[in-house]
Amino acid sequence: MSAEAEEPSTKRDWAAIAQKVGVPLASVLLAMIISSVIMWVSGYDPFAAFAALFRGSFGTPKAFGDTLLKSTPLILAGLGLAYGFRANLFNIGAEGQLFMGGLAVAWLGLLLAGQPWWITIPVLLLAAMLAGAAWAFIPAILKARIGAHEVITTMMFTYIARYLVSYLVIGPLKSPGQIPQTGLLPSESQLPRIQSLFSEATLQAMPFLKLGRAHTGIVVALVAAVVVWWLLKYTTLGYENRAVGYNPFAAETGGISVQWTIVKALCISGALAGLAGAVEVMGVHYRLFDQFSSGFGFTGIAVALLAKNHPIAVVPAALLFGAMAAGGGTMQLEANVPQKIILIVQALVIFFVAAEGIVTYFVRQRQKEATSHVG
Amino acid sequence: MPLLELREITKVFPGVLANDRVSIRLERGEIVALLGENGAGKSTLMNVVYGLLTADGGEILVDDKPVRIKSPRQAIDLGIGMVHQHFMLIEPLTVTENIVLGREPGHYGIIDFTTARERVREISERYGLKVDPDAKIIDLSVGMQQRVEILKALYQGVRVLILDEPTAVLTPQEVTELFTVVRSLVDEGLSVVFITHKLEEVVAIADRILVMRDGIVVGETTPGATDEVGLARMMVGRDVVLRVEKGAGTCGGTVLAVEDVHVHDDRSLEAVKGISFSVCGGEILAIAGVDGNGQRELVESIVGLRRPSSGRIELKGKDITHANARASIEAGVSHIPEDRRRRGLVLEFNLAENIILGDHRRPPVARRGIMHPRAITAVARKRIADYDIRTPSERVLAENLSGGNQQKVVVAREIGRDPELLVAAQPTRGLDVGAIEFVHRQILRERSAGKAILLVSLELEEVLSLADRILVIYEGLIVKEFAASKTDAETLGYYMTGGGGSKLDTGTGARQIATPSAGGDQ
Ligand SMILES: Nc1ncnc2c1ncn2[C@@H]1O[C@H](COP(=O)(O)OP(=O)(O)O)[C@@H](O)[C@H]1O
Ligand SMILES: [Mg+2]
Repeated sequence: MSAEAEEPSTKRDWAAIAQKVGVPLASVLLAMIISSVIMWVSGYDPFAAFAALFRGSFGTPKAFGDTLLKSTPLILAGLGLAYGFRANLFNIGAEGQLFMGGLAVAWLGLLLAGQPWWITIPVLLLAAMLAGAAWAFIPAILKARIGAHEVITTMMFTYIARYLVSYLVIGPLKSPGQIPQTGLLPSESQLPRIQSLFSEATLQAMPFLKLGRAHTGIVVALVAAVVVWWLLKYTTLGYENRAVGYNPFAAETGGISVQWTIVKALCISGALAGLAGAVEVMGVHYRLFDQFSSGFGFTGIAVALLAKNHPIAVVPAALLFGAMAAGGGTMQLEANVPQKIILIVQALVIFFVAAEGIVTYFVRQRQKEATSHVG
Repeated sequence: MPLLELREITKVFPGVLANDRVSIRLERGEIVALLGENGAGKSTLMNVVYGLLTADGGEILVDDKPVRIKSPRQAIDLGIGMVHQHFMLIEPLTVTENIVLGREPGHYGIIDFTTARERVREISERYGLKVDPDAKIIDLSVGMQQRVEILKALYQGVRVLILDEPTAVLTPQEVTELFTVVRSLVDEGLSVVFITHKLEEVVAIADRILVMRDGIVVGETTPGATDEVGLARMMVGRDVVLRVEKGAGTCGGTVLAVEDVHVHDDRSLEAVKGISFSVCGGEILAIAGVDGNGQRELVESIVGLRRPSSGRIELKGKDITHANARASIEAGVSHIPEDRRRRGLVLEFNLAENIILGDHRRPPVARRGIMHPRAITAVARKRIADYDIRTPSERVLAENLSGGNQQKVVVAREIGRDPELLVAAQPTRGLDVGAIEFVHRQILRERSAGKAILLVSLELEEVLSLADRILVIYEGLIVKEFAASKTDAETLGYYMTGGGGSKLDTGTGARQIATPSAGGDQ
């Protein structure tokens, strides 16, 4: 029984990875099957619907650009949620931190007018991270000191952030004109669109680069994914984060300050959510207004769940949700299926991921059957 | 004709051959003990019989007829019941409700509770299993809950009852009662498989003993034919010393000094009410006491997990009274916590990650906040080799190791750090004899290396065999001090249960003779 060989353990790793990937994939597949049934029962053609959804999200470079556009804040918010989940913290108020990130950028971006882009862009991204972290800091302290549950406190702080932004865009930060919004960011503070980085000739030669509205914030998001992965895997910070998340008692016994780790985890989570707000303002709207985020902080929860809190897996998970957001319109136009169906698909994906127990059960059941055939 | 027969049962887990062509037979009306170390494959084998696991090979015969058991339901239909170490009762429901669950008497979905209660009462009287049929599970002691599990199996009409480490959760008194119940079951014609790793239980209860090791049955014997030492040898596969020998102690200067320490517990009550002692290098000081007399709080205050409310703690002259766990580790205090699954290990971490816990900020494991996977692997492999941790690789999750190997991981980490002071709280709880011997040897090796050891244990045998000096703790105070060679279990038991009066002993009073019952249960 003490199998000394190296081989079984590596084999087991592959099996473990297959299982890890298999469950989310199965969840997505199940969600698609059930929503197909719902569409079919309601008199729509599910094949046409999914085909249109696919065309609208991946069919053309421009469509893919839209998917990237929607995925960018989702990757960042999803990373924030995942980092928190790894410490067993549910930063349900990422949306509020995202708003603060957006606010910091919209305000500071105007102040920095006249500075070159290589100053403004790093400064703004950093400011958004600080703002998001600061917004998570008070809930973090409350959690660490008196055990106030972060689900309540971060959520309350989300309301505060949203009303604060509503007030500011109507009042002190309102730009002249009828619409309640802040002033337009100077172009040095904008994240350029990807296609604007290439010359007309290059775009002619390589049409797949015509990514429409997709902006360079996606680079920020991808770099962030790698950084978070590295933090979790190769730093003491990440090690302590995971240890506290799994077993705070053992972590404490091993000399890790649980309270301090909680504070750091929520602040890092908030910083990533703040970045999500920043890329939305700097890359899409170039200004701040009431409705600048379409619930990215909340969808980020689903992204993190689907990715099983793995920072690299957050990227494909965010792409999936981004694609559904991007392709919904095409689905309505071409297949005549109401865009709201997308909400059902999303809800089902979340349901199946959350109800992983059920899916895992079926997977196990299959495995059990498989082994009993051998015996 | 055997009631139950297993032929060549094989079960493979990834990297582990848990059962290797195991064949056993069970006759009507006998108690067979399945003895083996943690991880020998006992539970796996019986889970196969009970339909919880599917064997990779071999066959099962009931009444000489081959059967396929794919679920506990089928096992029960064949007359095979099993009580697990972790009970599977529904806490808010009553005893009767739990027992009849799945087989409710009555018609058209309406449960006939009068009949049900009567039947439960009838069965419990017949087998001497007294339990109130209307009590809620949540209100019952662990021992009572176990009875309910047994009753449930009997209600379902089983002929073979498998008990998986039934005594692990019981008090000595409850163990005696369980033995009576088991005997009355076989008197009524049932057969019992009794899984354990405790030698004295096997000798007390079994008709026949099957010894398992590394997934195979290595021998069969009877209590009359083999004594405990012989059983231990069969079980571990080599000679086991049930009581390790140690040389004379030396005092290499005071390492730990505790002065008039007061500590409060979680409910803000004073649990440690002014304790002073010191431990020398090369000395094992044991604190003996009944659970809940302040040991936990005292240990936590020394290792930095709890602030003393007053007093002073020094390590080699350095004040560590208010050190936190990190500062305490860095000062040279290692701690084997009493609960390895809760405090000792992160079960979801792999072995390597667990082995570096506490050293995870320091070279070679990490430099300036960045961890070095190669160094981590090297440290882990060295500890695995040095401390004989049985695992296919350092990347196996801690939760997949047996209890003995989990404890070896904790011991390897804490001793491998080369501390000045080792605080070992119940270091052998739940371990089998082989693992106990291992842990004891490691502790004695530290003693020879001139380290100070503070041992806190509820096991008097352990205290007596390891310690140089023994302090008896009672209600938060040290009531008596002994040189280990000058006392015995009875005397200790007497003081542990408050026999000395809860006043600090000056060492001049006449030695009192213990009552026979006190402390004799270890
Ligand atoms: N579900 C499982 N997955 C992988 N390995 C297992 C599993 N259950 C048991 N094992 C391994 O099988 C061996 C036998 O375990 P077990 O039957 O629980 O031993 P015992 O009951 O004798 O202590 C051990 O090495 C254990 O780690
Ligand atoms: Mg077992």
